[in-house]
Amino acid sequence: MIDSLLKVNNLIKYFPIKKGVFRRTVGWVKAVDDVSFEVYEGETLGLVGESGCGKTTTALTILRLEEPTKGQIIFNGRDIVKMKKADMRKERKNMQIIFQDPYSSLDPRMKIKDIIAEGILTHNLLNVRESYKRVGELLEKVGIQAESMDSFPHEFSGGQRQRIGIARALALEPKIIMCDEAVSALDVSIRSQIINLLKDLQKEFNLTYLFIAHDLSVIKYISDRVVVMYLGKIVENANKKELFTNTMHPYTQALISAVPVPNPDYKKERIILKGDVPSPANPPKGCRFHPRCSKVMKICSKIEPKLIEIKEEHFCACHLYNER
Amino acid sequence: MNRILRKLFSNATSLIGIILLIIFVTIAIFAPVIAPPLSEDYYQIPRMSWDINPQPPGSPMSGDIRDIYDYMGTEIKYDRAICGTAEGGYDIFYGLIWGTRTAFKIGIITVTVSMLIGIVIGSISAYFGKWVDEILMRITDIFLSFPFLVAAMVLTTVLGRGLDKVMIALIVFGWMGYARLIRGSILSTKEETYIMAAKALGVNDGKIILKHLLPNTIFLVMVQGSMNIGSMVITAAALSFLGVGAPVGYADWGQMVSFARNWIIGSPGHAGQYWYTVLYPGIFIVLFVLAWNLIGDTLRDILDPRLRGEL
Amino acid sequence: MIVNNKEPLLEVNDLKTHFFTENGIVKAVDGVGFKVYQGEVLGLVGESGCGKSVTAFSIIRLLDYPGKTVEGEILFKGENLLRKTDAEMRKIRGKDIAMIFQEPMTALNPVLTVGFQISEALLMHFKISKDEAIKKTIELLEKVGIPMPEQRINEYPHQLSGGMRQRVMIAMAMSCDPILLIADEPTTALDVTIQAQILDLMRTLLREFNGSLIMITHDLGVIAEIADRVAIMYASKIVEYANKRTIFYNPLHPYTFGLLTSIPRLDMEMKRLNVIPGIVPNPLHFPEGCKFNPRCRFMTDRCKEEEPQLIKVEEGHLVRCWNIDKVAPEVKKDLLVGE
Repeated sequence: MIDSLLKVNNLIKYFPIKKGVFRRTVGWVKAVDDVSFEVYEGETLGLVGESGCGKTTTALTILRLEEPTKGQIIFNGRDIVKMKKADMRKERKNMQIIFQDPYSSLDPRMKIKDIIAEGILTHNLLNVRESYKRVGELLEKVGIQAESMDSFPHEFSGGQRQRIGIARALALEPKIIMCDEAVSALDVSIRSQIINLLKDLQKEFNLTYLFIAHDLSVIKYISDRVVVMYLGKIVENANKKELFTNTMHPYTQALISAVPVPNPDYKKERIILKGDVPSPANPPKGCRFHPRCSKVMKICSKIEPKLIEIKEEHFCACHLYNER
Repeated sequence: MNRILRKLFSNATSLIGIILLIIFVTIAIFAPVIAPPLSEDYYQIPRMSWDINPQPPGSPMSGDIRDIYDYMGTEIKYDRAICGTAEGGYDIFYGLIWGTRTAFKIGIITVTVSMLIGIVIGSISAYFGKWVDEILMRITDIFLSFPFLVAAMVLTTVLGRGLDKVMIALIVFGWMGYARLIRGSILSTKEETYIMAAKALGVNDGKIILKHLLPNTIFLVMVQGSMNIGSMVITAAALSFLGVGAPVGYADWGQMVSFARNWIIGSPGHAGQYWYTVLYPGIFIVLFVLAWNLIGDTLRDILDPRLRGEL
Repeated sequence: MIVNNKEPLLEVNDLKTHFFTENGIVKAVDGVGFKVYQGEVLGLVGESGCGKSVTAFSIIRLLDYPGKTVEGEILFKGENLLRKTDAEMRKIRGKDIAMIFQEPMTALNPVLTVGFQISEALLMHFKISKDEAIKKTIELLEKVGIPMPEQRINEYPHQLSGGMRQRVMIAMAMSCDPILLIADEPTTALDVTIQAQILDLMRTLLREFNGSLIMITHDLGVIAEIADRVAIMYASKIVEYANKRTIFYNPLHPYTFGLLTSIPRLDMEMKRLNVIPGIVPNPLHFPEGCKFNPRCRFMTDRCKEEEPQLIKVEEGHLVRCWNIDKVAPEVKKDLLVGE
């Protein structure tokens, strides 16, 4: 049993809802509600779900860019939730993130060489001259001419800015990189450039990715294993092939059937969900998916199903599969 | 930077502001040449006569005064009051020229210091939030609740007369606007993804404020500051007019307007007889403030496309 | 509403819409033409900046300064819309031709109730009383699948979810039984399960009204599900125009081919994604010759000098490329779809 690089145990992140003159807490947005999974070195774990499912919050909480409400995050053998701020700052070298929006993720007033070198200089890994040399190497690696390192972000296109963001994440030689919808905001013809780049870099540097997306097609292409989230909970967790050939959870089935495929003859099971995604401030009782589920049973509105390993390495949280 | 300069010069209003400002700067720099001082204290306006009544433009230096200068051995560089004299024989022209330096001093120093105070308070308040924000903002509110002129008057009465005391009063009751401005700006910039990216790199809070937040928000405050230079000068003038500002005879436009207080109406039958005591200092004040306002306006217009995301 | 089915409902010929900005003239749409028959769905595909939205706004004549349609004709039911007066266009907009926008939050007025906005269109085009308009509004909301419509008509847009708002927009658009619906990226901002609901709804409504739809999107998956004919746009021009099966099984333009092989998809195992190198060109600085040439792997010298015209490859299949014969064998090799 290989030890995982990242192990998330019962992670909880609630946001308080404040109302009234005195800003009393009247409720909680349960953005991430008891989430557990593991990520192994060198793999890509896809984290997929629709808006409000908590996937981005999960990634930010793992990095402690949002403070976890409860739970354990074991990275490299240590629980980083318990770390003091100063130690955490040092640990950040090993866990980096690429953001979704290429336009707001780069400081508009900094030259891109400074943007990429900032991490290196903050952690005193190299002196200034060496840092800029490394910046040049990194830019070439991500497909941008090193000579342009004195330019500002607004002089680059969206795809190029995303490459700069990738270079920035790579600069610290991290063990794991969170890709938070890294290609969603890019034009379709640019996406494959960035996806291929990420895959190549992963091979070259033995990187581990936590790849967050709402687009199942991209998730299927790039992931080794996939975690499906709904309203703050994990509903299914399996390796890619298993998830798509032996789909268990009704939500995953609906999600897969909803994705449009560029193939006019493609036959698929039509599952159209009823209703809207409920608010994470007021999730349904019992199984959170039960109001929209076509296979709903009596027990689903009463008891929340636990995430259980149904088959080897295939987890699902659904009463359909519980031996009861 | 080049774009800003180009925009500044292409606009008619800002061009007028820049020209005016250049004129004032020239006057300030060449004050010793334009209005050669007649005593060791350059800012002491020389008297052309002992007359209580203001003398009209062109009046020559009176004999008594001339004797005094001869006695002291001072060379008389000029002996006509080109713009007339104010109450007590003070040469208006001299006061205008050297008053330009005073205006710059007042404007730039008060704005710079109060901006610094405001930026420090506002950025700490915005970045750390919660109770730090509450306390600092309530302190700001308390200061804001004082009626400005009254508060400044009280302070100068307590501290004593003098231009430096005036500047202190202006600073003490003038930093709040900048604090609020930069707090608001930082509150919104704080949510930008590149700030989160810096945190993810492990950059500490102080560096984030200095290297990321301030450079992206300070321009707004600086524009406000440049517009306030004019109003600082007017307020100092108001305080001088009310008698709590510069000492008597100090080369300060406000001081000179205060000289004119008794003479604005003129004597019975001759309304506006002493127009020169009011008009000349008045024009200088108005043009000075106008220059800064025009420039500030254009800077703010330049700022707008930036806000929209052009930069 | 019965229209002669032999004649196209909408025929666009050589449409040119330019923007006269202070930085130069942006030729956003430069010679675009297509036909839409009754009951048919035309997919207008392209990425940001290709001119697809501007084409839609040109048809419905909602162009804002500094945009202007400088050339071409837009024949709707045989009449040229470009020749109509503002008053005549207002009668057509909303009634015969309706439009659905991408961002439902910004397309709906936040300070007016949902019911008011729908009945506003009805009252404008039909001589009915306010009560009748409200009744029809409730029917419409029910038809688009909004639960408890009697309550919903008094709600404001921000009280509804994204999917609900888009349904309201569809209700508004369909309220006057238009014969042509133009939908500009109607599902791009929605979650994929909601997108499936909305697409399903649109298909049902179209079947019922036998209306036509111009579906503008960058998502080839959506096109595969809903379109009959497809026009691929790149940099202000149509580069390929064919029926759906041809586009997916036998594309001949390098851009179409590149797109199809570079997107990840659920129905196939892909070893590696094809890459279209370079970036989408800036409308202020389009390249000389064929606008796709800097990114094209089949590019020859002629492509850099001369812009190709639309060539008729076979009946109903037009391609704007000099090197179709070079592209065809690659398509057979790389495109694994279809038998």
